[in-house]
Amino acid sequence: MSRTGLYGIVAEFADADRLTAAARRLREAGVAGVEAYTPYPVAELDALLDPRPSPVPAIILGAGLLGAAAGFLLQYLGMKFGYPLNIGGRPLDSWPAYIPSTYEIAVLTAIVVGFGAFATATRLSVIYEPVMDAPGFERASQDRFLLCVEAAAPGFDRGRLEALLASAMPSRIAEVPR
Amino acid sequence: MSAAEQREFRVIAPGQTIGSITDAISDIVLEEATPFGWWIGFGISVALFLVLVAALSWLFVAGIGVWGIQNPVAWGFAIANYVWWIGLASGGTIISALFFLTRSEWRTATNRIAESMMLFCAAAAGIMPIIHLGRWWYFYWLFPYPNAMGTWPQFRSPLHWDFVALLAYVVASILFWYIGLIPDLATLRDRARGRRARLGYAVAALGWRGSSRQWRHFRATYLVFAGLMAPLVCSVHSIVGLDFAGGLWPGWHSTQFPPYFVFGAVLSGFALVLILVILLRHAYGLQAIITMRHVDVLAKLTLTCTLLIAYAYLIEAFMPFYSGNAYERTVALADFAGRYAWAYWGKITLNVVVAQLLWVPAIRRNQLALIAIAAGIIVGMWLERMLIVIGSLYRGFLPANWIPFVPTVWDWLTLIGSIGLFLTGFFLFLRFIPIVTMFELRELVLRKEGASR
Repeated sequence: MSRTGLYGIVAEFADADRLTAAARRLREAGVAGVEAYTPYPVAELDALLDPRPSPVPAIILGAGLLGAAAGFLLQYLGMKFGYPLNIGGRPLDSWPAYIPSTYEIAVLTAIVVGFGAFATATRLSVIYEPVMDAPGFERASQDRFLLCVEAAAPGFDRGRLEALLASAMPSRIAEVPR
Repeated sequence: MSAAEQREFRVIAPGQTIGSITDAISDIVLEEATPFGWWIGFGISVALFLVLVAALSWLFVAGIGVWGIQNPVAWGFAIANYVWWIGLASGGTIISALFFLTRSEWRTATNRIAESMMLFCAAAAGIMPIIHLGRWWYFYWLFPYPNAMGTWPQFRSPLHWDFVALLAYVVASILFWYIGLIPDLATLRDRARGRRARLGYAVAALGWRGSSRQWRHFRATYLVFAGLMAPLVCSVHSIVGLDFAGGLWPGWHSTQFPPYFVFGAVLSGFALVLILVILLRHAYGLQAIITMRHVDVLAKLTLTCTLLIAYAYLIEAFMPFYSGNAYERTVALADFAGRYAWAYWGKITLNVVVAQLLWVPAIRRNQLALIAIAAGIIVGMWLERMLIVIGSLYRGFLPANWIPFVPTVWDWLTLIGSIGLFLTGFFLFLRFIPIVTMFELRELVLRKEGASR
């Protein structure tokens, strides 16, 4: 693997307030390709970096409804046509008896699909990304707040970017090799 | 309350920083020598687990005749154990899911303990119905799969609802536990110094980077999962109640069973979390993170549940006489003064009477007393489950069938061994996984310290 070239510039901050201020500055300056790495979810960052709501809850809802429909149909078809069994003269399509399992199947489908959707949206299972080579990246999961700007983003101007970041008082600015 | 007590009852002790709590929690797993007490506890746990292996091996060789069950008491200890264990599990889910939705601050330091407890309780619960099947190797017949016999499972039976509910609960619990664990596993990956530990936690963390995009999806997903888990756990234990209420047997055929079972489940679950929280905060020196506030809240929740269960016991004693049904009355009278009356009065004493001591603030501050009361509740809940199963079955419709249940040594060994299964899993959790949710605690610390600044 070639280690030449620049993946991006990373700035490290001591607290979330400074990071948020820096992100706001970059946004006002119209810098693209910004990503923050924080040890806990910082709600204010969403509005600055990517204000779109996560699609995962909608996927979970869809999966739950689909699971409910499929689960109900499975029980209905199985009991009415697959294996009709007369129990005390009760009707074969006594739907209330299918509801508890329908609910459980709905939740099971919702959570399994939801986990898959979450893993896909967050690109889990990608064990390595170049940004992980940034100096001090391991502190981003502990007590430091990182802001990374990708060099490949349109309009990347290193000098201007470093000036912008420096004005937000980072504890360090460093290069991330590709 | 004095100033010192007020400090003690804060949700987190003053002076903590996000760095200090990360150090304290992850060093337990990564840096500190495994405490001697852990080895003793783990050794005892594995010994008990081997008891389970032995008991099940003999069961699988000789068949379920080694237990004390016969007709009509065909559900013996195994089903009582199942209901007991799944009940213990549900208290953990309530703490981690319901109190996440209510944004309770005290939940943060205790939810990992509660969730992990739930996982291993569910494992101990899950084996019970399967080993109870007799021909347990046919358990996959519960799945609707295309088969040459042309048969289907009976979807209209509460027993099949229970199978579906347990399956959903176990899978959902594992995923809910795991998703909340991923950011902490990433912290361990970044702090681990050994190559093997780093690789192991890196794989387990699935490459979590803590980017703002990941956190955005994480927050949305975790919230919805919590919203799904809280009603799920109530439905699971309601369906366990319907296993009994769906039958026409005297003592079982009651509309109050679903909430009655949920109350008991949550009571025993809170009691177990209370014991574990008290023991762990001392064993690992986490008094600054798991404070007396957590202990106090859990004690109050336990007290609330004893009142709920007391109401259910009252209805349980009242309805047979109000209904005018001779069979129901027979079971009730057998409960009060029959062969298993010791279990009936035991459950009343341990679950309701003794637990009223929790009204006294001084008792809620006395951790030894809390452990004793909570342990009594856990035993009392087992007596209740045992009595529901056996107390009804041995007083059925036909007096000629009034045959008492006498547990054999294999019944007892299976019960004791299942405790070993739980403890073995829980001790492994203590060794390899951060016992407090670090990323949520960082948020809490900043909120608290920011407020006092």
